[in-house]
Amino acid sequence: MPEPIITFDDQDLVLEAEGMSVHYGATLAVEDVSIQIPRNAIVSLIGPSGCGKSTVLRCFNRMNELIPGARVSGSIKYQGVNVYDDDVDPTDIRFRIGMVFQRPNPFPKSIYDNVAFGPRVNGLTDDLDRVVEESLRRAALWDEVKDRLDDSGLGISGGQQQRLCIARALAVDPDVVLMDEPASALDPISTQAIEDLIRELSQEVTIIIVTHNMQQATRISDYAAVMMVAEDRVGHLIEYGTNEQVFGNPVDARTEAYVTGRIG
Amino acid sequence: MPNEQLDYNLAHLEAEIVLLGGLVETAIFKSIRALRYRDLDLSRQVIAEDDRIDELETKIQNECVEQIRRQAPLAADLRRIVGMMFIANELERMGDYAEGIAKVSINMGHEAPLKELEDIPKMADLAVSMMKRSIDAMTTTNREDSARIALEIENDDDEVDRLYHKVQTDVLLLVEGDRERAVRATYLLWVAHNVERVADRSTNIAERAIFMSTGVIVSGNAEAQAAVLG
Repeated sequence: MPEPIITFDDQDLVLEAEGMSVHYGATLAVEDVSIQIPRNAIVSLIGPSGCGKSTVLRCFNRMNELIPGARVSGSIKYQGVNVYDDDVDPTDIRFRIGMVFQRPNPFPKSIYDNVAFGPRVNGLTDDLDRVVEESLRRAALWDEVKDRLDDSGLGISGGQQQRLCIARALAVDPDVVLMDEPASALDPISTQAIEDLIRELSQEVTIIIVTHNMQQATRISDYAAVMMVAEDRVGHLIEYGTNEQVFGNPVDARTEAYVTGRIG
Repeated sequence: MPNEQLDYNLAHLEAEIVLLGGLVETAIFKSIRALRYRDLDLSRQVIAEDDRIDELETKIQNECVEQIRRQAPLAADLRRIVGMMFIANELERMGDYAEGIAKVSINMGHEAPLKELEDIPKMADLAVSMMKRSIDAMTTTNREDSARIALEIENDDDEVDRLYHKVQTDVLLLVEGDRERAVRATYLLWVAHNVERVADRSTNIAERAIFMSTGVIVSGNAEAQAAVLG
């Protein structure tokens, strides 16, 4: 019987959380999460509503700091450095560890400017055209928008907007992309496009994805982390393992109950 | 929040497998009875009734596919459905062995068997008992129970194999240099072979029952034990 929470002794870890807890004001939201993310893996984060998946996701790139009263304890190491150390610039971390949200949120700017935004903030001016094209190509959007780069990013379809947001995240050449239910607002064809894209991207980046869709998690991820919340315990990690384990033969009975639709 | 619809449908599928096992049991016993008492009408009946077994097996397979399509099951649910598809197929093949025995019996005509039937009915009793217990291993929700039953079945399979070899030896001793007797001998060898296959497929079902409860695919005693204890 495998361990309920997998560890990667000899592998290159891109992220590692140890004893991570999150408070919102006086309220404890997530308790004692320890998880290792190997480089170029696709890890899905699953669990019932309110178990703290999105909270955990936002900890990895200090997105929680943007929520008033949020406080993170424990350590989160990115390439061995604690991202919450005083001398770490959160903006820099957010470029290294990009994020894509549930609802596509392009800036009310042109398609071109959306993608060029991050590189410009980073001071890139010379090579912008190449970076924009490359990012749109990596997000599998180039062919659809190459003739209307000056059109508004809000004028394209929802599926295209989501790929535009992925292109925007990729433009700064991140190591990790965090995705919070990136396909839940999309139709099946756009969902398929995003899933194909995720698999493609994992050649170069590490992806952590929150999803409520078990089938999506089984289709795209290499590993799955299961969080749970109970009356007497706030959100915490109960199982983390290969897809085969979590969706085929889970160690924890609560995982079994969740993935077979019996709780949640 | 139980998944009531899926639970109900899985229980229904399990009941259909038990029913399929009952049809196969009847077919095997009838085929041996027809052989023993030279009842060719009964043999023909076994052949005709195999259609019911085939139909029920197809129905179960279709219902399993439908559950996969509708429910996209995971973990234990998925293993149960995949396990039942496998088991239904094994039972259908056992029905074919009963039909095979019936056809041999018809080919024998009204001629008596080369030697009195002793070991073949013993083999059939044991094989059918193994088949029924393998279905018990499937329906039990307790993984220790299913593994214990599977081990018993593996052991009984050794006894069926022993009887099978005894039939082979006994029959071949009777035919040395006698062409006419050799033909009659092959009839009994075929019957014994069919029964031996029933027993063997019962061990397959028992192994699949362990997979359904533990997720581990095993073959053979030691592995079955390790899967449960480990």
